[in-house]
Amino acid sequence: MNVVTRGFAGRRGPSNPRIPPGQYLETDFPVLSAGPTPGVRTEEWRLDVVDTDGTRRSLSWADLGALPHEDLTTDIHCVTKWSKLDTTWRGVPLEAVLDGDGAVATHVLVHSYGGYTTNLPLEDVTGGRAWVATHYGGKPLTPEHGGPARLLVPHLYFWKSAKWVRGLELLTEDHLGFWEQLGYHALGDPWREQRYVGD
Amino acid sequence: MTTTAPAPVPMPWRLARVEDGWLETRTARTVVLDVPGWPGHDAGQHVDLRLTAADGYTATRTYSVASAPEAGRLVLTVQLVGGGEVSPWVVEEARAGDELEVRGPIGGWFRWSAEMLQPVLLVSGGSGIVPLMAMLRERSRTGTTTPFHLVHSARTPDHVFYTNELHALAVSSPGLRVDRLYTRGGLPDDARTPGRLRPEDLPAVDAFDAPPLVYCCGPSGFVETATRILLDKGHDSGAVRTERFGPSS
Ligand SMILES: Cc1cc2nc3c(=O)[nH]c(=O)nc-3n(C[C@H](O)[C@H](O)[C@H](O)COP(=O)(O)OP(=O)(O)OC[C@H]3O[C@@H](n4cnc5c(N)ncnc54)[C@H](O)[C@@H]3O)c2cc1C
Repeated sequence: MNVVTRGFAGRRGPSNPRIPPGQYLETDFPVLSAGPTPGVRTEEWRLDVVDTDGTRRSLSWADLGALPHEDLTTDIHCVTKWSKLDTTWRGVPLEAVLDGDGAVATHVLVHSYGGYTTNLPLEDVTGGRAWVATHYGGKPLTPEHGGPARLLVPHLYFWKSAKWVRGLELLTEDHLGFWEQLGYHALGDPWREQRYVGD
Repeated sequence: MTTTAPAPVPMPWRLARVEDGWLETRTARTVVLDVPGWPGHDAGQHVDLRLTAADGYTATRTYSVASAPEAGRLVLTVQLVGGGEVSPWVVEEARAGDELEVRGPIGGWFRWSAEMLQPVLLVSGGSGIVPLMAMLRERSRTGTTTPFHLVHSARTPDHVFYTNELHALAVSSPGLRVDRLYTRGGLPDDARTPGRLRPEDLPAVDAFDAPPLVYCCGPSGFVETATRILLDKGHDSGAVRTERFGPSS
């Protein structure tokens, strides 16, 4: 479409190849969530891993803490248009959490405290592309930002980085999660601008 | 042979023309957009709004729809954010005939329609009233008498959007209660001393005949405070739907 908005010049800095299409650079850290922030104490926190054959393991906070952690610096992109560069995180690579589970799985449905879910292809959360993050900016993750632990999948729109993570359900087919059933894209690649269903 | 569902098609960008506009406060403007082909929406949903400069540069932001569902027409209200890219254009520059684009409707959770029969509690801070106003307007348009209670927090009476309409709705709609509270300065005969949202400002779950559906919208800090109070006052977290505007600070 050939629309020009009269009187609009835009506020442009030097164009930044790290900002995906339709996004703008944000320095704050806005919050997106569908309901109240659940208060989950680490003493009661659990992360359940359910494999395709129904076998279930349940990790406690101490179990998670005992797994190898990584520190990483990455860019994040929210579907509401902001991108934030060079955010620093500490977390456990998802492969270490899965520990061999999901051998025949193709997808994972991530469950959160508060009842929300989001779906991801397994290949997008393995190979060093996803973490269970416990620290942001050198400090324990605050509840507002998903603490005590959230998924971190920085190469996809940030709603895929499920806050308050409590379960990983391994699947042999894709099941749409909470946001995805409500019109958001099943995969959510910011570089292909996959915001909403059909993008 | 099994049939497969057709691949979903992307929502199109639609041409929108500014039809009218007025200031709600000194720093917020309502704009009426004429959008040919707009299918309508549900109260509470939002749109993506895209502005294009003469050289093709674009900027996109998200805005809640303030109007009740209607084909071909949308009303937005935008609060000026100093140093912002899109809101200053809407508040200070937009005039009738200007062209831009919108895409939507977006948001499947934070929405209300008249078939939803349980009582409704609306809680807003500042420009967070916008999607809740769409719900109030839809309630009025459909003539339903579902109990609604709006608690709206603004800095001062001068910062309240839709003042006249809220007053008219409150006195003319059975089952609707409107409470305003001010954080910086109120009216001379206000019983409440100005200040940020306090527990006594929000009704407990048992103040309603049946547990209400709660819609809470505003800056992130406001939503955090309000939802914490709501849970303390017995509202079920599954009944509280939130929408957050703007940064966390
Ligand atoms: C679902 C949704 C619905 C929304 N609905 C509305 C609506 O109905 N009306 C409305 O006015 N806005 C609404 N917003 C906010 C809107 O999308 C923009 O964020 C806002 O207009 C600022 O855009 P901008 O381009 O002017 O500023 P930007 O260029 O995006 O921001 C400039 C700077 O201002 C800061 N900033 C951004 N927003 C705020 C704020 N609210 N308060 C203080 N500082 C801020 C940013 O951190 C940034 O550093 C909504 C947001 C979401 C996610």
